[in-house]
Formats: sequence, C-alpha cells, structure tokens
Amino acid sequence: MIKKTFRGGVHIKDMKHLSSGCAIKEYKPSGELVFLMNQHIGAPAVPCVKPGDRVLLGQTIAEPGGFVSAAIVSSVSGTVKTVAAHECHNGDNALAVTVVNDNLYETVEGYGAERDYTQMSPEEIIGAVKAAGIVGMGGAGFPTHVKLSVKPDIKIDYVICNGAECEPYITCDYRLMLEQADKAVLGMKIVLSLFKDAVGIFGIESNKPEGIAKVNEACGDDEKLSVVPLKKKYPQGGERVMITALTKRRINSRMLPADAGCVVLNFSTLIAIADAVAYGKPLTRRIVTVTGDAVNEPSNFDAPIGTNVAELVEAAGGFKYEPEKIIFGGPMMGAAVYTLDVPVNKTTSCILLLKHNTAVPEPHECIRCGKCLTVCPEHLMPIKLKNTADANDYGEFEKLNGLECIGCGCCTYICPAKRRLSQSITAAKQFVLAEKKKAAAKK
Amino acid sequence: MKTLNVSISPHIRSSKTTSKVMLDVIIAMSPAMIFGYFYFGWYALLISVLSVSSCVLTEFVYEKLMKLPVTIGDLSAVVTGLVLAMCLYSTAPWWIPVVGGVFAILVVKLIFGGIGQNIMNPALTARCFLLLSFSRIMTTYPTLTDAVSSATPLSLAAQGQPVSYAEMFLGTHSGSIGETSAIAILIGAAYLLIRRVISPRIPLCVIGSTVAFVALFTLMKGETVTLNYLAVHLTGGGLLAGAVFMATDYTTSPVTSWGRIIYGITIGLITAVIRCFGGSFEGISFAIITANLLTPIIEKLTYPKPLGTYGRKAEKK
Repeated sequence: MIKKTFRGGVHIKDMKHLSSGCAIKEYKPSGELVFLMNQHIGAPAVPCVKPGDRVLLGQTIAEPGGFVSAAIVSSVSGTVKTVAAHECHNGDNALAVTVVNDNLYETVEGYGAERDYTQMSPEEIIGAVKAAGIVGMGGAGFPTHVKLSVKPDIKIDYVICNGAECEPYITCDYRLMLEQADKAVLGMKIVLSLFKDAVGIFGIESNKPEGIAKVNEACGDDEKLSVVPLKKKYPQGGERVMITALTKRRINSRMLPADAGCVVLNFSTLIAIADAVAYGKPLTRRIVTVTGDAVNEPSNFDAPIGTNVAELVEAAGGFKYEPEKIIFGGPMMGAAVYTLDVPVNKTTSCILLLKHNTAVPEPHECIRCGKCLTVCPEHLMPIKLKNTADANDYGEFEKLNGLECIGCGCCTYICPAKRRLSQSITAAKQFVLAEKKKAAAKK
Repeated sequence: MKTLNVSISPHIRSSKTTSKVMLDVIIAMSPAMIFGYFYFGWYALLISVLSVSSCVLTEFVYEKLMKLPVTIGDLSAVVTGLVLAMCLYSTAPWWIPVVGGVFAILVVKLIFGGIGQNIMNPALTARCFLLLSFSRIMTTYPTLTDAVSSATPLSLAAQGQPVSYAEMFLGTHSGSIGETSAIAILIGAAYLLIRRVISPRIPLCVIGSTVAFVALFTLMKGETVTLNYLAVHLTGGGLLAGAVFMATDYTTSPVTSWGRIIYGITIGLITAVIRCFGGSFEGISFAIITANLLTPIIEKLTYPKPLGTYGRKAEKK
C-alpha cells in the first residue's frame, strides 16, 4: 500500500481506541437548544424568528448575514424562548436563538423529500447546500456553498474528501466511514456533477483500514473516484497539507484551494451535502465524539445542533474523574473551555475530557535543536518567528513568512524546552491580520 | 467541580525534554569514553571527573552568585565537561581540565547568556584556549607501555608510514581520551541517529568533505594519495568524534537543513586546509569553532522556503 504524505509533521499516539468501537448513537436532547449565530467563518447569521414563535424541525431560523455566511436551521420543533447573547465555547458571547423543545419533532413541509440530483442544475444544487446551512464540518466552518461557487474561469481538477482525521481522540469521521460510506460517496458524486472535469479523491489516514475498505467498496467501479491511503501523521488533515500530499500542488495563505484547482471537503460535510441535496434534510445534526480519560463511556453521538454539551457528557456516563481540562475539538488545535454550558455547533467534532492538565510545563531556554523546523508542515522557522513575535517586530515577522503558519501546533508539541512557539506565532499572526483589516477598512 | 484549566492549543506535549536530550548525548558518548578509560588508565577517568565537575560547579556557583535560576539540572554542563575531557590527552596535569572547564562554562557559555546563547562550542573553545596557552603540555602524547607506538596515526602518516587498519578501527593507538576508537564513536553515532537527537547531515558532510578535500589538497601538493592515508585522516585526529559529538552541538550549528550541509562542508574544508597546509593536527577543533561563528549568516542565507511559495504560478493565473 503506497501511503502519500508530506514533509514535516509529528507522530502522536492517536488514542482513537477509546471511542472507535462505539457505534453512533442517536441522542434526543431533553433541555433547551441554543443555536449560536457564529457557527461558521464569516459574517454571523441574522435571526429571522422572534421570541414566542413556533418553529419546526428543518425550519430556517437565521438567514446568512453576507456572502461568506451560512443559514441556521432548527433541529427540533418547539417555541423560541429568547433571541439573546449566549456564551460560546471560545469564551466569547454571541447572539443565539434559544428554542424550547416540544419533543414532537414536527417537520416543515418538504422535509425529507427525496430528489434526483442528476436532474438538478448546478445553481439548484448550490442553492440547496446554501439553504441547508452547510459549513465545513472538520473544524474551520467555512460555508460550503461559497466553496462550491467557483468562478467559471477556474478549472477544478480535484475534489478532495478530507478523511484524514489526524487529530488524536476524534472518531466521528471514522464511524461515519463505517456506517455511512455510501452517503459520502453520493455526496462526492453530487459535488463532481458541479465540476465536470474533476476527479474525486478520498484521502484517508492509514490508521483507519476498515474505513478505507468501506469507502473503497462504496466507490465501486466508478473510475472518477479513488481512495488514497495517507500516512498516519499529524497534521495530515490540514487543507494545504492535504492538497500537497495528494496532488503535489502547493498553495499559500493568500490563495484558496480553488487556485490550485482543488475543492477540499470534509467527510462529514460530504454526507451533509448528500442529505441536503438528495434527501431533502438540511444540516440539523452532527456526529460528536465524547471521549477522554475522564469520561465513563466514551461514545459517538448523533446529536442535534444546539444540544447542551453538559447533557451529552451526562449521556456518555458522566465523569469518571473530575476533569482538569475540557477541550472542544482535538487536543492539538481544539479550544479549552471553562464551562460545559455551551451548545453543540456545526463544527463540534469532539468533546475531550482530560483528567490531567497535561500541557502547561514551564518553558525553558531554547537549545536550538531545530526540531521545530523539521516538524513544521509549512516549512517555516518557528524559533525565529517566536523571537520576532515576542519582540513585537511584526514587519520582520511578516517578512519571515509568519502569516503562512497554519497554527497546527507541531512546533510546540515537539519542543524539548517546552517553549510556547505556536502560541506566540498565532498571537502575532492574529495581530498582523487585524492590523491589515483595519488598514484595508481605512482605505 | 474543580476549576477547569484553560490554555491555548496544543493541549498535549511530547515527552522529550532538554535534560532527556542531553542524557541521550551522554549515553552516546559513553562507549568512546569508557574505551578511553580502559585504554589510557584511571588517570583518564580522573580527568573526565575533574572536567565535568568543574563545568557543573562553575555553572552552579555563577548562577547562585548572579541570583539566576540554577540550570545544572538540564545536564548541558555535564555534556560540555565530557566533550572537553574527550579531546584532552591523558597526560594532562590535573589543573588542565579544571581551568578548561571553568573557561568553557564561564567565559564561553554563561557570559554569553547561558544555554542556547553561546556563539562557539564551549568545550572546543576551551580546548583551543588550552592548546594555545599551554601548547607544550597539551601536545604531549601519552606514551603507552603496551602500545605499538606512542605517535598518533596522523603524525605517522605525515612521516609516510602506513598504519594498521585494525588499530585505527579499534583505537588502540595514542591520542585524546575519547577520540581514538572509531567503532566506539560509531556506536554512539548510531544511538544518536536512532534516537533522532542529531540529523545525519552534519556528520556526513563533515567527514565526507574532510576526506575529499584532504585528497584534493594532497594531490595538489603533488603527493600520492593512498587508501591507507585517507583512512588515517578519517579515523585520526579526532575527526569522527568531532563530526559526531562536537560539530552537531545544537546551539552553535545551523538549524536549517541546507544550512547544516553548508556548515558541514565548511568544517571539512577548514579541517583539510589546516591538516594539509598547516602544522597542527588539531584542525577539526579550529574548523568547528570557526564554522560556529558563521552559523548565523549560514542560517540567514538558507532560510527555508515556505510550502506555498512554490505555487506562485497558480497565484498569477
């Protein structure tokens, strides 16, 4: 088996055995559901319901707030309680629609109506994806209809399904590969119908042999589809890294995958596309892995978006030990939260409960071992970038290509002196980008 | 519920620490050093003990006096002391390793800011300092009762005499404490490579280019190059130990991959020039500390190209 990969990266114990054997369980929420308006990158969605309104399952409760934005669809039927600010997992407050569940799951008209995608025009397909509020479900949350609306002069050669799931612990995509591979292949075929010249590639890390076999089986003899095993290495699932590994094309921070003739979609996103286009079901649920050494029964839940996370943890048997750290997403790029009273988002792939706070060792002086250079998938020089970032020398930071950092955290992970490299670099990068935005706004 | 900890990602770290890395280096050096103790006698062991303890003690006392956090736990001072002992002769009087250790740690390392900040390899700089200040003491080869000869292979080769391969490989000839046995050094090198403490770039470039340049310069002088002659240059004069343990010193070698190649070849070139045209066989030490000084500029010239810059064509479209 030839495994494609990239230069750099780190080998991390993947810890997926905790939850990889747990079949997806459908979860019915008991409490209120909170739909945050900022579940995606871009402009927040704008609520189109008022407190007191009755909403149905599948009803749009918020419209996109701009071109790069996504709609939000109710995942239950019930009454709108409030439209007010609510805490999100990143510590921010965002506008949210709170719905009291009536447990009837009454659907809107046309919900679940099957359609034949081959009879649909590209505009209709993209329209269906937009109406369903689909965003990249791997973590970044880029609105999918924007990704699919490629300018007509750009030729797309590859539609890449990102099934790397390179973060440790997370198993939601793996379970979907085992249980719903057919649907993902259908999603891929729908996307391929938009780009006539493109071929579809499923890039899957080799630590999921059963997943690779299932997807291969689902692909059948379709010569446009292929499954490529990738070496198990973090951050194999980073978009730029994925494109390089599969196509040898390279993009930088100022380019979109489309500039290299690629569209990259997460495995869950493909399933959401198939659901929305062929089965008439908008994005109202997602798979959430609840795992870690502090939870009783690590599980994979099919949870409605808006479900309270504390409820999900309860459903996973509650705490085995009191956790010291709770992370939304994987341990390498996820966000640590200070409360469980936050809702499941479209991008919440994992809730990781750790018994010990493992990652705050005291940083020491750099010994210049150069390990951070060897692991950097973007081929940067983290040790120099950190120095310029700490000195607030943002001009030099940009000159040394600091903005190319994808924030994967490999440099911090590997550093024997435990220096907080990616933390400094990310902070400087955000500052530089904010300054640029300000300067652009002035013009 | 306990208070939850919040920090920026990543939330997991590798188990490698600075002291574990330094411990690996110490383990890798031990075969060569232990061979030296057996071959040159207990006095060689005393020299290493003195050298290591003076290095560690200097660091401890300096940091206490300056009210700095004490960093002897990271074991880097132990490594410095061992490297210094490795390249001393077992004939050195007891105060040579002590003076060398104090000089290495105080002048070369601590005054420049401690671990990771020094611009030259502390142990090698101390060795060169000792060599220049006490040249007669420092160039007295140990005379061995049971050994074939008391001359080092390089001095034999300079007189045009062949040296036995077995002697070179096992290291049963005169020389510095830890630098004579090729096999012991290669075992250490293999350990460092397996543990991924060093990358093979620097040692291979140093060794390869030294041998190549020595052959070239010897031919230029109009002398014949024999295999035996090259083998002597490969195993003699501390080239192997220098390439594996000293040129690869983290702090003073470039971190970029092309930089490491350029740095290695620079060391090889300077070593060959000193060996062929100069009077000293200590070429490798001088070559390494000279190349150390070029490290910042080599790094600047070889700044890595980020992944996406190869895609400029697509950007223009």
